[in-house]
Amino acid sequence: MSDFNRNPLIDWALKLYALLAFAFVFAPIAASFVFSFNEDRFPSLPLGGFSTKWYVAVATDPLVWEGLQNTLAVGLTVSIVATALGFGAAYTDFRYRFFGKPVYLALALLPPTIPVVILGLAMLAFLSRVELSGHGYSVMIAHVVMCAPFAMAIIRLRLSQMDPDLEAAAWNLGASEWGGMRHVILPFTRPAIFAALFITMAVSFDEFAVAWFVSGLNETLPVKVLGFLQGQVSPRINAIGTFVFVTSMVLVILAQVLLMKRSAGQDVVADDKE
Amino acid sequence: MRKSITLYGLTFSLPLLVWQLLFFLFPLVFLIALSFWTVKNFRLQPDFDTANWVRMYGREVFWQAYFLTLALAASASVIASVLAFPCSYAIAFKFSETARRWSVFLMVIPFFTSYIVRVYSWQVFLSDNGIINAALAWVGLGPFGMLNTTFGTMIGYLTLSFPLVVLLQLFSLMFIDRTLIEAAHNLRCGRLRTVFEVVIPSAKVGLVIAALFCFILTFGDFVSPLYLGGGDPPTLSILITDTTKSGQQWPRAAVIALTMIATLLTVAFAAIGYAYRGRGR
Repeated sequence: MSDFNRNPLIDWALKLYALLAFAFVFAPIAASFVFSFNEDRFPSLPLGGFSTKWYVAVATDPLVWEGLQNTLAVGLTVSIVATALGFGAAYTDFRYRFFGKPVYLALALLPPTIPVVILGLAMLAFLSRVELSGHGYSVMIAHVVMCAPFAMAIIRLRLSQMDPDLEAAAWNLGASEWGGMRHVILPFTRPAIFAALFITMAVSFDEFAVAWFVSGLNETLPVKVLGFLQGQVSPRINAIGTFVFVTSMVLVILAQVLLMKRSAGQDVVADDKE
Repeated sequence: MRKSITLYGLTFSLPLLVWQLLFFLFPLVFLIALSFWTVKNFRLQPDFDTANWVRMYGREVFWQAYFLTLALAASASVIASVLAFPCSYAIAFKFSETARRWSVFLMVIPFFTSYIVRVYSWQVFLSDNGIINAALAWVGLGPFGMLNTTFGTMIGYLTLSFPLVVLLQLFSLMFIDRTLIEAAHNLRCGRLRTVFEVVIPSAKVGLVIAALFCFILTFGDFVSPLYLGGGDPPTLSILITDTTKSGQQWPRAAVIALTMIATLLTVAFAAIGYAYRGRGR
């Protein structure tokens, strides 16, 4: 029979195991970073010399620039539209009760659980039927569907930290519904709104499968990377990957910092009420 | 308090509803119609013809792919759950509060890195002249063929699903009532027995949901089986991309997609039913 609670050896082994699991998760990310600065064409051990030539190759490739432009245009538009839609849905869930609400919420939250190949095929077939496929905005339409649930979840979480009576208090003090929205709800959710903007942008930056189906000639950067993968081995993927990783991480960390600053929104509310 | 429908309320509720109906639900429903359409002279024609269903279901390649995908996704769910459990357990019960928060943050990071780049990175590890074989050759072993094997596919599947499985398991483990575990210890229940008879049953819902998400993710993934598993024999998702991208056989791709959705729904309902069965004893 084993002893009570603590056995240092088992604790130690479990912690070591968890560290190994982190190593597994981060090995490919770290490797892609390391090999993006490696001069050998076929990456292996031992490492070759330090070189930034893959970054130069990427930076001078017009295809990559084109892809980056598309990605940025898509990412910016998607983040704004998805956050607006997600905000509306989060507020609806926060404030209203109505018949069919579970269906409404299911529509709002389900898209990320549908496999991307199926979503991609469905969107391609449907959008090309209504002549919306293969344009610059096709990817935007699809990405908003996939990103809005994330925006909704983030803003809904923030709203759940708010006292529902605050809004009612504003009405009692003579504010219209629109006024309550502007002076109570919006200031309170502002950090979450910005967080949602950044997170949805990061999701859109990395999405390749649905974009691959519907983009036609207006390929985004991840779709180009998928193209590189189908071709020869090329450390250019590592250079692009490192660049995209750094961009996404900046967005995610910005979002995190905004969400951590809980008091910020509350101060604004307090100010407005005075 | 009943409120009538106001312009104000609709301004916020309607846009998402309209968008998801138009661009999420309609496309999925349209797949059903599409599966009965026909292709003549490389052009899609609205029709009501069961030929696509008959043709696809009559093919041995399709069923081979179906059962391969099912087996791969099921194995991935079991493997990911088993491998993730000690990790989530350690984070939930052995880490300090700070270390736990960091662990959650670290496990979220992979969601914001490019999955294709990570898969490419694994190619570098697993190929015949890759990092692992170079390291093994150093100690006089190998080379082992790891790329374009089922092992490669599994590595890719784990790359995709492992962080999510750990997070979902962790959230269910963190909410277990600690007094239950103490009680088990006080009653002289052994360490392993406590894990199997107290911890796992208490966290059952979360553990099953984690495995289910792993199944959903891997069942629909076409990148790992193609670029790490070699793509031969193909999985259902590879069949869809092939059928869609080469030529205009979208109706047949729709048949595959609908079969996948039906399978996923069945698995999801079975899993959730199993997760909640016998609760509240």
